Amino acid sequence: MTAKFSRRTFLKTSGLLSAGIAATTMLPDKFLLWAEEQGMLTSTLIPTYCEICFWKCGAMAKVINGRVVKLEGNPAHPGSRGKLCGRGNGGTGLLYDPNRLKTPLINTGARGEGKYKKASWDEALNFTAEKMTKIAGQYGPESMAIFTHGAPTDHFLPLISAFGSPNVGMPSFAQCRGPRDVGLELTFGESIGSPERLDMANSKVVVLFGSHLGENMHNSQVQDFSESIARGAKLIVIDPRFSIAAGKAEKWLPIRPATDIALLLTWINIIIAEELYDKQYINSYANGLDQLRTAVSGYTAEWAAAETDLKAADIIETARMMGKNAPAVCIHPGRHATWYGDDVQRTRALGILMALLGSWGREGGAFFATQASFPKMDSKPYPEPSREPLNLGGYPFAGGEGVTQAIRNATITGAPYPIKGWFVSGTNLLKSLPNQKETIEAIKRLDLLVAVDVMPFDTVMMADVILPECSYLERHDALAVGKGKSLTVSLRQPIIEPLYESKPGWWIAKELSNRLGLGDYFPWNTYEEKIKSQCSLWGINYEELKKVGTITIPNTAKPFITALEQPQFKTASGKIELYSKELEEKGFDPIPRYTKHPLPQSGEFRLIYGRHAVHTFSRTTNNPELHELYPENEVWINASKASDMGIGNGAYVTLVNRDGIKSSPIKVKATERIREDCVYMVHGFGTTGKGLAKAFGKGADDQQLVTRYAVDPICGGTGMRVNFVRIEKGVTHA
Amino acid sequence: MPKYAMVIDQRRCVACMACVVACKKENDVPPGEFRTRVVEQTEGTFPELRMELRSELCNHCDNPPCVYNCPTGASYKNKENGMVLLKSYRCVGCKSCVAACPYDARYINEEKGYVDKCTFCAHRVKEGKEPACVATCVGKSRIFGDLDDPKSLVSIALHQNHSEVLLKSVGTIPRVYYIKKFSKPE
Repeated sequence: MTAKFSRRTFLKTSGLLSAGIAATTMLPDKFLLWAEEQGMLTSTLIPTYCEICFWKCGAMAKVINGRVVKLEGNPAHPGSRGKLCGRGNGGTGLLYDPNRLKTPLINTGARGEGKYKKASWDEALNFTAEKMTKIAGQYGPESMAIFTHGAPTDHFLPLISAFGSPNVGMPSFAQCRGPRDVGLELTFGESIGSPERLDMANSKVVVLFGSHLGENMHNSQVQDFSESIARGAKLIVIDPRFSIAAGKAEKWLPIRPATDIALLLTWINIIIAEELYDKQYINSYANGLDQLRTAVSGYTAEWAAAETDLKAADIIETARMMGKNAPAVCIHPGRHATWYGDDVQRTRALGILMALLGSWGREGGAFFATQASFPKMDSKPYPEPSREPLNLGGYPFAGGEGVTQAIRNATITGAPYPIKGWFVSGTNLLKSLPNQKETIEAIKRLDLLVAVDVMPFDTVMMADVILPECSYLERHDALAVGKGKSLTVSLRQPIIEPLYESKPGWWIAKELSNRLGLGDYFPWNTYEEKIKSQCSLWGINYEELKKVGTITIPNTAKPFITALEQPQFKTASGKIELYSKELEEKGFDPIPRYTKHPLPQSGEFRLIYGRHAVHTFSRTTNNPELHELYPENEVWINASKASDMGIGNGAYVTLVNRDGIKSSPIKVKATERIREDCVYMVHGFGTTGKGLAKAFGKGADDQQLVTRYAVDPICGGTGMRVNFVRIEKGVTHA
Repeated sequence: MPKYAMVIDQRRCVACMACVVACKKENDVPPGEFRTRVVEQTEGTFPELRMELRSELCNHCDNPPCVYNCPTGASYKNKENGMVLLKSYRCVGCKSCVAACPYDARYINEEKGYVDKCTFCAHRVKEGKEPACVATCVGKSRIFGDLDDPKSLVSIALHQNHSEVLLKSVGTIPRVYYIKKFSKPE
């Protein structure tokens, strides 16, 4: 039914309409939608892909009269399948956030003081290029480092590489997925990818180790998760918190935090001892079973029960549940894996379990990526840095995304050579790296901090020069190539022209390259030109891509092992390595071993953190459309514990860690949904910058309390669930 | 004539809030107001817990107290498809319907001066599309369709599963049905 307006309303509004339909960006969405219904305006649907998180879902933007009124999922895209999550639906909240960075800014006060003058693009770019050139002249180009995340990486990493620095640090490695990827690579010769190649919709058993799907909203993965539940999959959730996923579980195992490896090794022991493993699969594809059997033989259910605070019967029952449903068992390897510093080994244990169940390369388990790929475009090779990269930090299995804190350390110590400039694009380092003191200490020692972002996040407001990037709805970015069961390519294209004086990342990078004498590395006038030539190289019809957003390349994908399709494992032995010689050679345990971690003392709680369905780290906390649904984080405290301490639900408290760091006031959620020995909060809150008017002063910052971190000696991942807090009552909160 | 209804398969809901945000964008719902919500309710004592996730919206009742209590005839039940809708030009903002609705499904649009509510996205349905909340539902928990069509997804879902309605005892005869399953069935 069409909303009926009175004649008077109609006259008033149509007056407005004739007053200038071209310049009516001030008109409310409701009016535009109504005018569209009346046939006065037409809407267009323009495809693009989302950047509210990094799943890169295909979206269709509905535009009426130059205004993006709604975003919907693109049915042609495998990550969205026609649906967007809450965050993706709220993408226009970022586009029209009044707090966006609007012009280039140059710092006029002390660093971090927040005194900025508006600058023209010329001024800001010249300033940046001059400072970078000076650093290169004085210390060498390697002294300029880059921290980056998401789409800006495709523009600024080439810039810094062309500049001559190998020092890149992406928090997505050492603060997130790194240990998981390394653990799986050591076991199977490859990781699971992003989106994770899990055939969850067809699983008979789904095992989530701390993964809180539903609160962690990776679109198609959650679609598969719901599908698996609807099809009757048995769900085992290991989480100290009764997460949304735990609420759907056949078995919720409220494990004592930091004892996960004990449970995993015990499961492995039971599955081997009871011969529930896939013998044919292990014989054909794996090595090291005998050593594994011996190594885990001591891990009994009774021992694990004491260690993990679970019931021995539950441990045995869940092991059998997996064994009897193998290979259609999906052991989710997690995503944010930096927990306790032995995270590569925990992921190794998860991998070994997957291997024993024969679920890697099998329906209902994990599938293989398509073999199809696109040819690489010719490009000018980057100069060879004259000094060793610092971003591997001496960790033998550090990945190419770099170990952020290794760069931070070098910045503080100046050794082995100084880092004097940071280029920060699309990442809020104060919220992503542990121990903010070290980050601030490093920033103080810089000659130059450049920030490229859409919003004035806390780290951005430390920068000497701020280059305002337009949002993903106003720019071209690199073509997104998806390698799932088939090969896909998706386009990000501007839905509207950039608002204010903001500019696309590619433009900023190109302009800087010209000023640095590196223009040869960006041999095109617009990014669309680059995309077009890529499309012609790849045999993609660009005009078609512009209309449909995502093109799937027909191929003969072979996701599962069959008699004819035998898997190839890219490990040293060519087999699944239950026993890792690679690790042994570097002095690490070839088979994961359980080590005890410190536990909270009386009056203390372990601080654990996670996500909320409508937020992506700190990136969305100021988004008006998402802020409304979850404006501030809460600290979850076990209800009876809270009651013992005289803390009421909804009261404000502060959290104090062992280093005496005190959080800002945070609201208490006294709930049965968490163990007594830990507290939980959603990551990303507690913004200190007033430039984010909605997020400022809302909730507390978990990262502020993560002053201690356990570094994984294998890959440099920073375990961040190793801090203990006390709760201080009697806080008044404005 | 179609008899529109919604089925909420609670087993599939993961409380991701996509429906809530999509609804607000589709219908330009003012800040602080919602036409739909997802309620999380957990019962029991640690660690013996069970959780219910329940999407709530206007029930488009066949016996709608909001319509009976509207003094101006603004609220009405569409005779053709059963949707409970509003003629905003007749609404004086008296809030009788807000008080009469046992499902807390209505709000006053302060800016416009009239009451507002879920319309089952009548404007989309007219074009052959699903309501916005259904179209974006990540878990396919929300199902929409015609009860008179035995092949519709709602008819199939209701035929294959036990369903319930909210506050059955108040006699509103809702057209939003719930397929429930707790994590630990009793």
